[in-house]
Amino acid sequence: MLELRNISFQVDAEGKDKEIIRDVSMTIPDRKLVVVTGPNGGGKSTIARLIAGIEKPTGGQIFFNGEEITGLGITERARLGIAYAFQQPVRFKGIRVLDLIRIAAGKTLSVSDACQYLSSVGLCARDYVDREVNASLSGGELKRIEIATVLARKGSLSVFDEPEAGIDLWSFRNLIEVFRRMREDIQDSSILIISHQERILNIADEIIVLRDGRVEKQGTREEIYPQLIRAETDVLCEGWAGTAAEGGNA
Amino acid sequence: MLKLDEIQKRLLREVADLHEVPEGAYNIRSNSASAGRQSTANIEIVSKEDVSGLEIRIKPGTKHESVHIPVVMTQSGLKEVVYNDFFIGEGADVVIVAGCGIDNCGNQDSQHDGIHRFFIGKNAKVKYVEKHYGSGDGSGKRILNPGTEVYMEEGSFAEMEMVQIKGVDDTERTTIAELAAGAKLVVRERLMTHGDQRAISTYEVKLNGADSSADVVSRSVARDRSFQKFDAKIVGNAACHGHTECDSIIMDEGRILAVPGLEANNVDAALVHEAAIGKIAGEQLTKLMTLGLTAAEAEEQIINGFLQ
Repeated sequence: MLELRNISFQVDAEGKDKEIIRDVSMTIPDRKLVVVTGPNGGGKSTIARLIAGIEKPTGGQIFFNGEEITGLGITERARLGIAYAFQQPVRFKGIRVLDLIRIAAGKTLSVSDACQYLSSVGLCARDYVDREVNASLSGGELKRIEIATVLARKGSLSVFDEPEAGIDLWSFRNLIEVFRRMREDIQDSSILIISHQERILNIADEIIVLRDGRVEKQGTREEIYPQLIRAETDVLCEGWAGTAAEGGNA
Repeated sequence: MLKLDEIQKRLLREVADLHEVPEGAYNIRSNSASAGRQSTANIEIVSKEDVSGLEIRIKPGTKHESVHIPVVMTQSGLKEVVYNDFFIGEGADVVIVAGCGIDNCGNQDSQHDGIHRFFIGKNAKVKYVEKHYGSGDGSGKRILNPGTEVYMEEGSFAEMEMVQIKGVDDTERTTIAELAAGAKLVVRERLMTHGDQRAISTYEVKLNGADSSADVVSRSVARDRSFQKFDAKIVGNAACHGHTECDSIIMDEGRILAVPGLEANNVDAALVHEAAIGKIAGEQLTKLMTLGLTAAEAEEQIINGFLQ
């Protein structure tokens, strides 16, 4: 279980303090898939980076399985079982897909064991295992490899930052299946996904809406999801009404 | 029978992956003398008469044979220039493994300058592997100045892998090549310098024949206070394709100078140069740390991969 307690995060923007995250508290319970959603610039990805230890909060505390981890670095958090998938996967010249999965697993996996992780994200393992994780791979391929490295971590909390970003719709549909399966196989672990995508919201146990660095709504999918859809429809309808009115005046 | 001590054996493993006497033709040079030699039916190795060095003659049509000519030096203060000529017959397909390991525990400089000339016959294929390695904690420098000349006849192919990862204090490497019609040269250089080392690598590749091509790629890492210069020039004298690439990581106070050089003397010459120098990207370190590596382990993985 992960708990954020009164987390704040400020950055220095042109000499002024800018608050990205304002007094956010949330819990990611065991055996749950939680989706953090909300408008762009609301602080979603920052939350993921704060959890992974890539950013340090300027206020508040983070607890993981009962232990305070606020002061721990990226490596220590990874070793405690926090796995993190980048929104934009990193490329490496000379490091093969197999190498990356082996590093992720933290042991010398056999090629066939490594291939299982690739197969589970829908990549034909034989074609990829020896390829370099470099610019020759497409955005969708990199994304799947990124997810495969997180699967290989077998973390007790897996954090995915906008898995839908930068990939085509077709690849995305397949990814949903990956998350659905992860949800089904969830045991003593939990999953946190940062996403705008309806299809991902649809498989969530709980949804947290972050806006302007604050938690706006938080609850079960059954509570939150209909509100989100209604809000979106309202925005769309207002947009249409505006367009029609302008058309009428012309 | 070979008589090598443990240090010499270790150097041999480093430069030629040799654990035992190699199969096929070989000459092992140890402290300026031949420690063992074997010719085969198709590959003849003889000593030069005028200067120190070897003539290696590979008969036309020789397939899937290899030649090993490693050099090891363990005496401090030894300086030598060696001339090795390779004559590769028409249609042959061979692997040549060279390489030099110097262990210098003394306070005098040890230096090996190996001048290798390759005369590659029509349609012949050569894979050449050269590794340089230095060890020993004496104050004497370990110096290697390889000169490589490659003359390629019509339709021939050469792939040259040149590696210097550790322990060589000073290197000036010069490679020149001349390619006839349809010949293809591929060079893969990997270099890491540390401490106060200095490495200079200069290429001049002349694409003289129609449809000849060259691909010269260097990947290097400069750490501590070391300095590297990569100076690669391709001259296109015919309808040809030439590509050079210098891709480098700098660390600490390392310095790298990349000098691109392309000269097109024919309207159908297509020549490309790429060069990139930079430190390890922060996000690469971050990614590997999220997989449980420490910053130092992550750095090592990135460099190892880069120099693979």
